[in-house]
Amino acid sequence: MLNDGVIIASALAYMGILFGIAYYGDQRADAGRSIIANPYIYTLSLAIYCTAWTFYGSVGLAATSGVDFLPVYLGPTLMAVLFWFVLRRIVRITKVHRITSIADFVASRYGKSGLLAGMVTVIVVLGILPYISIQLKAIATSFGLLRQYPTVTMATATTQHPVWADTTFYVALVLIVFAILFGTRHIDNTERHEGMVAAVAFESLFKLVVFVAIGMVVTFGVFGGPGDLFQQAAAHPDLAALMRFEVIPGGYGGWLSLTFLSMMAFLFLPRQFQVLVVENVNETHIRKAIWLFPLYLFIINLFVLPIALGGRLIFAEGSVDADMFVLALPMAEHKPDLALLAFLGGLSAATSMILFETVTLSTMVCNDLVMPLLLRANPRWLAGRADLSGLLLGIRRVGIAVIILLGYLYFRFVGESYALVASGLVSFAAAAQFAPPILIGLYWKRATRRGALIGLSGGFLVWAYTLLLPAMARSGWIGTSFVEHGPFGLDLLKPYALFGLDNLDPYMHAVFWSMLLNIGGLVSGSLLSRPDAIEQVQGSQFVNVLERERHDGDALLWRGVVETAELYDLLARFLGPQRASEAFDRYAQQHEGYPLQADSRLIHYTERLLAGAIGAASARVMISSIVMGEVLSIEEVMTILDESTQVIEYSRRLEQKSRELEAASAELREANNRLRELDRLKDEFISTVTHELRTPLTSIRAFSEILLTNPDMEVEQRSKFLGIIVKESERLTRLINQVLDMAKIDSGRIEWRMEEIDLRALIENAIASTSQLFHDKAATLHAELGDQPVTVVGDHDRLIQVVINLLSNAVKFCPEQDGEVTVQLYPLASHWRIAVIDNGPGIARDQHQLIFEKFHQVTDTHAGKPKGTGLGLPISQKIVEHHGGSIWVESEPGQGAIFVVDLPGKSHGEGMHDPDGS
Amino acid sequence: MANKILVVDDEPNIVLSLEFLMKQAGFQVRTASDGEAALAAIAAELPDLVLLDVMMPRKNGYEVCQTIRANPDWKTVRIIMLTAKGREVEREKGLALGADDYITKPFSTQEVVERVRELLAETG
Repeated sequence: MLNDGVIIASALAYMGILFGIAYYGDQRADAGRSIIANPYIYTLSLAIYCTAWTFYGSVGLAATSGVDFLPVYLGPTLMAVLFWFVLRRIVRITKVHRITSIADFVASRYGKSGLLAGMVTVIVVLGILPYISIQLKAIATSFGLLRQYPTVTMATATTQHPVWADTTFYVALVLIVFAILFGTRHIDNTERHEGMVAAVAFESLFKLVVFVAIGMVVTFGVFGGPGDLFQQAAAHPDLAALMRFEVIPGGYGGWLSLTFLSMMAFLFLPRQFQVLVVENVNETHIRKAIWLFPLYLFIINLFVLPIALGGRLIFAEGSVDADMFVLALPMAEHKPDLALLAFLGGLSAATSMILFETVTLSTMVCNDLVMPLLLRANPRWLAGRADLSGLLLGIRRVGIAVIILLGYLYFRFVGESYALVASGLVSFAAAAQFAPPILIGLYWKRATRRGALIGLSGGFLVWAYTLLLPAMARSGWIGTSFVEHGPFGLDLLKPYALFGLDNLDPYMHAVFWSMLLNIGGLVSGSLLSRPDAIEQVQGSQFVNVLERERHDGDALLWRGVVETAELYDLLARFLGPQRASEAFDRYAQQHEGYPLQADSRLIHYTERLLAGAIGAASARVMISSIVMGEVLSIEEVMTILDESTQVIEYSRRLEQKSRELEAASAELREANNRLRELDRLKDEFISTVTHELRTPLTSIRAFSEILLTNPDMEVEQRSKFLGIIVKESERLTRLINQVLDMAKIDSGRIEWRMEEIDLRALIENAIASTSQLFHDKAATLHAELGDQPVTVVGDHDRLIQVVINLLSNAVKFCPEQDGEVTVQLYPLASHWRIAVIDNGPGIARDQHQLIFEKFHQVTDTHAGKPKGTGLGLPISQKIVEHHGGSIWVESEPGQGAIFVVDLPGKSHGEGMHDPDGS
Repeated sequence: MANKILVVDDEPNIVLSLEFLMKQAGFQVRTASDGEAALAAIAAELPDLVLLDVMMPRKNGYEVCQTIRANPDWKTVRIIMLTAKGREVEREKGLALGADDYITKPFSTQEVVERVRELLAETG
């Protein structure tokens, strides 16, 4: 049987387990063996996002509006996709600057502004109250329902009772005790709570398992599986509508705004910021969370619709609050164990949110609201106290109590008239106000403190006016007339329809106006104001956090003088002597001791440690109260910044330059090798040309001298020698011309006169020019050229040079007797082929390629051969190739040689040689 | 008794001019048009001096020079290398291989005759 005793004992036992886990986690963390240093724990801790709102409220919403509960989970899923770009940046910044909360983050970004930190804290506290109130409400309502087991009737609203008879009040008190126990056992200079994270991870698993179990029981136990359940629901006209998307109130705009709100809330609700950013122990855990967390959301949402539909089918309209279906269904099915588990699951979701949220908030209230005020009001009193850590803890404890009690008050006076989800969204809209200063501040250096202040105030005021005030009005605290008719009857200022914008649902309306003012204020305020020195430093450090390796830019801001001992005293006051001396020892190890007169680096080190305990803004005030000396002027800071960015840029460029240089030098080496090879070839060429030129010159000179010194030589011998001189001179001339030709072709300086020419006529001309050679050697020439003109496009003079060269080679290598040369011209598919066939000694296979190289002459020619220049064939090859054709030799030693030239050109006309004939 | 000269070159006109010059100077002249023919001629009858071209088919002048110097029976043979390649390295290479003198083409006819005479006079 479930009586109050059993329920309360179970609840306390469950919280005891959570506390045990937290305690163990803290012990392990102190021992340096973290139990949360893995991506699964990290992901599970993110599921603190799923509060009683998820556990109870999703079903409540689904029971009336179908799939409308989904945007709240689509938002985080979308944000998870952006984790690597946005969250990683925020986490890196937080680590580097030892940021402890979202207020600290905003303040640090905008020049460690105490005003901004305080403002964020106020917004957060006010904004979060509705959210805390719905957790209290969920616990109280579920308790009220469960204690009446086995009857399933909604208890009368607890707010009807006086406070001392209201269970919710006692729930609040118990939570205050637990929150103080959990969260304020000692002051940590990183403000991390490993134990609490471990407990949250556990409870995330617990509530998931319980919710899925209830979903299974409802779907498969109460009904005959999802098919049966949906069929029964479809038969019911009201319920059938829930399963379609058209029921969404506010249409797609409503979905869009809810998705946007939950995206931002997922990142910027204080507890979310805490688990996502501050408690993150390793950036790489983010990678796993990117897909694992959406999976968690998917699973916990799987049975929302089945439970909602089951509840609607089982309970008569209005008999049970749909927000309580999760608990009421096991009760109606007479399953007390499951009902108790459902209660504990809801309790788990609600308490973890309240504990974490209030601990986080109390830290912010202490660091960013109370401490700065105390410092401002009476710094000497503070400075005079030996150990401030007790004071800090006291402030935090009071903060926790005040926040939970404020949540209770909100619940008692406002929250009762709202469904869980509606109240939660008011808080979401408040958290979304931090999106512009943080996200824009992450990417836009120029965003200034003034801009952030203006934007945040604007957004906050709109939020309060369009969401908070109407909520209060609805609860009867202020007249509702201003909601319906606008203040003073001014229609334009109706909180749900500002300036006549009346076709949006209240949340989208609030999001639209608050974001407009927030972003507009931030951008215009930033553009209209000049950032001061520290804003510049912080802005550039935040924006460049992923690019920078060193993060001591703001260390340079301290230029004053202070004794190291004074710094130590200050730190000891906030952290206690033990932690302070540990910290200084660490510094000494890293920097080989510390100076008596603290330098800017040590001052900055102390400031960061202090910031961990009391927030960046307060830390700055504390430090500046003991450091004598002026803060740098903006010009000096600009110089420092410029220098460091310049140095970074310079080294980046240097790196790139050296990479380029490496590539260039590799290229150079290769080019050099190529050049050297070319140089070697050119050397060889010149040497060969020289040799070839000197040879005829030798004969010319020798015979000239002989003729000169022998004037009385016989006429016959004289004319023989003169003939030699003439022949060798001709050879010399030919050689020089060919060398010049070759050089021209090689360098591309030759002019080609391409025109239509008759190839047949050209060959006949060539035959005519070489007829003397044939006559001299008594060789026979057969021409088989067909009887039609053959038109190709080419350079007449060059091509005739080729044919003459081939003919003179052929006759040169013919045997002395019975020399026979045949020249053929015939068409192929797309070419004209010229073949010059001789019956000379033939050419060995290994020489077929070589003979087309410069100055290569066929060895083993018979004695007394007429010498060539060694350039004829290479030049012919170049010419033919320029015409798009090819030239080669077919020959075997002793079989004569066939030189073949193929020139492109379409075959036409009749009477041509059959390619296979002759 | 007239000294015996062997003229070796693959250029018939150069051979012709050297043959004429040497005969005119009173030497006994034989000719060869490649390296192997030259060695055969030396083996057939040992000359006093060889005018040896470098760039020739079938054993070039350097190889012929080496072969001559490798044969102790032929050590009395004087060698003058003739080459159209005028680079200093080639001259050095020729001298290192055992040539007694080195003449670059195109040569002065007078100089060739003088060098031949000088070399033959040295050996006596």
